[in-house]
Amino acid sequence: MASAIYLDHAATTPMLPEVIETITKSMQDSYGNASSIHRMGRDARKQLDKARSMLAETIRADARDIVFTSGGTEANNLALTGYARANKENGKHIITSAVEHHAVLHPLEKLQQEGFDVTFLPVDQTGAVSLDQLKAAFREDTILVSIMHSNNETGVLQPVEDIAAFVKNTRAAMHTDAVQSYGLSNLDVEKLGVDMLSVSAHKINGPKGTGFLYIRRGTLVDPLHAGGEQERRKRAGTENVPGAAGFAKAAEEKTLSREQAAADLSALKKHFLSRLEEEAVSFAVNGEVSRTQPHIVNIYLPGVQMESFLVQLDMEGIYASSGSACTAGSMQPSHVIEAMYPGEERAYSSIRFSFGIGNTLEEIDKTAAVIGKIIKRS
Amino acid sequence: MAVKQKAPEDTRVVVGMSGGVDSSVTAALLKDQGYEVIGIFMKNWDDTDGSGFCTATEDFDDVVKVCNQLDIPYYAVNFEKKYWDLVFTYFLDEYRAGRTPNPDVMCNKEIKFQAFLQHALSLGADYLATGHYAQVETDSDGNVTMKRGVDNNKDQTYFLNQLSQSQIEQVMFPLGGMNKQKVREIAEEKGLATAKKKDSTGICFIGERNFKDFLQSFLPAQPGSMVTVDGEVKGSHEGLMYYTLGQRQGLGIGGAGEPWFVIRKDLENNNLIVGQGYHNDGLYSDELEASGLNWINKEYTEPFDCTAKFRYRQADQAVTVYPSADGSARVVFHEPQRAVTPGQSVVFYDGDICLGGATIEYAVKKEESVEV
Repeated sequence: MASAIYLDHAATTPMLPEVIETITKSMQDSYGNASSIHRMGRDARKQLDKARSMLAETIRADARDIVFTSGGTEANNLALTGYARANKENGKHIITSAVEHHAVLHPLEKLQQEGFDVTFLPVDQTGAVSLDQLKAAFREDTILVSIMHSNNETGVLQPVEDIAAFVKNTRAAMHTDAVQSYGLSNLDVEKLGVDMLSVSAHKINGPKGTGFLYIRRGTLVDPLHAGGEQERRKRAGTENVPGAAGFAKAAEEKTLSREQAAADLSALKKHFLSRLEEEAVSFAVNGEVSRTQPHIVNIYLPGVQMESFLVQLDMEGIYASSGSACTAGSMQPSHVIEAMYPGEERAYSSIRFSFGIGNTLEEIDKTAAVIGKIIKRS
Repeated sequence: MAVKQKAPEDTRVVVGMSGGVDSSVTAALLKDQGYEVIGIFMKNWDDTDGSGFCTATEDFDDVVKVCNQLDIPYYAVNFEKKYWDLVFTYFLDEYRAGRTPNPDVMCNKEIKFQAFLQHALSLGADYLATGHYAQVETDSDGNVTMKRGVDNNKDQTYFLNQLSQSQIEQVMFPLGGMNKQKVREIAEEKGLATAKKKDSTGICFIGERNFKDFLQSFLPAQPGSMVTVDGEVKGSHEGLMYYTLGQRQGLGIGGAGEPWFVIRKDLENNNLIVGQGYHNDGLYSDELEASGLNWINKEYTEPFDCTAKFRYRQADQAVTVYPSADGSARVVFHEPQRAVTPGQSVVFYDGDICLGGATIEYAVKKEESVEV
């Protein structure tokens, strides 16, 4: 088998050895239930609170405003469905964008069935929504605005701070899905001005199955399911203490290395694009590179069929992705690329490479050479 | 099996895997023979229902299980749009025209051995293998022919009659030389996850659902009358597309005498013509006109004798074929044939070799030249 080059860090990331160690230790030593009154319970609770404080600090939030969830999807569901249900007396209108992750779009579609009215803002070819369009869509009965911090497929950053500043002067709440930004962008909930913010652990070299939702004090959110009184009654269920501990460890490592990592990732991306040019590959970047996260690049390869191209990359030991997997393992063209460039053609021929820990310039060279080779033979 | 100048371990074979036992065993046999095997599932149809159940998802799960057992990579490819445009649209058009389409023939021609074959080749595959019961043979001159599968009950050459020389050159049918029972035995021996899976029945996109309900959701039914050849009204029909020639079940005509059968469809007046007796004279014809003639290997331009099938699993019938340069053909039966159905394939054989086939346009009765 060819050596593996993992360029799918936006899908998920390898866990750091320190994180694995932290989780293993937590599983071995602190197996108690954080709600138990005995010492084992107190031990677990102590770890959980430590993790919570550490994570709260990374976004300059109060630890009491952090609700642990099973990941980004649950955090988004809790924010959207929980907030909409708790505030339905105040209005039925919600604004989001057409390029959100399915973990935002699909709960909102469910809310539409419950009688809520949802506006999906379009994006232009830069991939960003505009504040003016948001203002135009805003209504007296708008209760919630949810705009992602950066896009998971293109890396395009949204003007969340500007939008939040506008929303602050209304009766609506502001949520942002920051899953793809956490660990790379300097997220400060006060500076951003958001009321809710979703985060996932496995995108930052932490464990799968853990995430959190920041909920600003005073923001009413109904829990999604009934049960015990954990997480200040916002999220029933025995807390995943090892997951939280591993999550906090990953966040700690990310925070320490953030600026260096951003510089390294930007360099990888830049190198990748110039190597593709050297290989005489005909391509265009989806979205405006200057406004993207450093770790994601989404490229359009005219005339290339993604389903075949990704398999060929896989057979060469290069792992990337495109669109989202749909039923029966087949691929669905990306709704994000379709929103940016109407028509299916570009979405069927676009591919995402996302970089992270472990990637080297040599891997990028090899990848560009393989892409050149595949395109030449097709 | 076609022979290329490569050792198995240097030969990449894409196996079209459906999640059934046949394609599972196909992949297993090729893996045993040392080929580099890649399993690919084709998704051609989405039948996801309200509860989220989708046949394709279940089938793909089985592909995943088998590929993991065999330790081969697997992928999926989506041809829903192509399938809709090239197969399903044809399927509806034929019913609209009062004919009985054969979507499997069209799927093999346009999807499996066209779009899917191209996909496999784009992945650097030397061959595409499927679990069809048919055999590909290359003679010393490099001529490639397609022969019947040895399991006479399973032989699928009928559905493969529209393939070309260039298509079958790149195809492997590892099950062609064995019977179904042997395939099941191999699956059991190897403990494949699909060993006990029921064979799929009917048209792939309809599956186990009620055919009438399915068709009705795409084509509006136009009820009309059931009349005899003499014009006597015997009842009403629910829509001509729901009936096939020679059909006995579901007519609901009682009374004395022999049972009633569908003789033909009068599209113009929306009448279903019925008659009594399995061997009703109106059901028999002496020759047929066909279009879309395809020769797999040798091109026939002059009239010749061979055997033919007018429907799947029918015993071979002696015929004389009069091919025309425009791709049409007149096929004269040596014995009158019952219920020759427009829209179905007529497939020609020379012994075990499948020569090719065409689409039946209409059957002809010598004395009166009745168009059915």
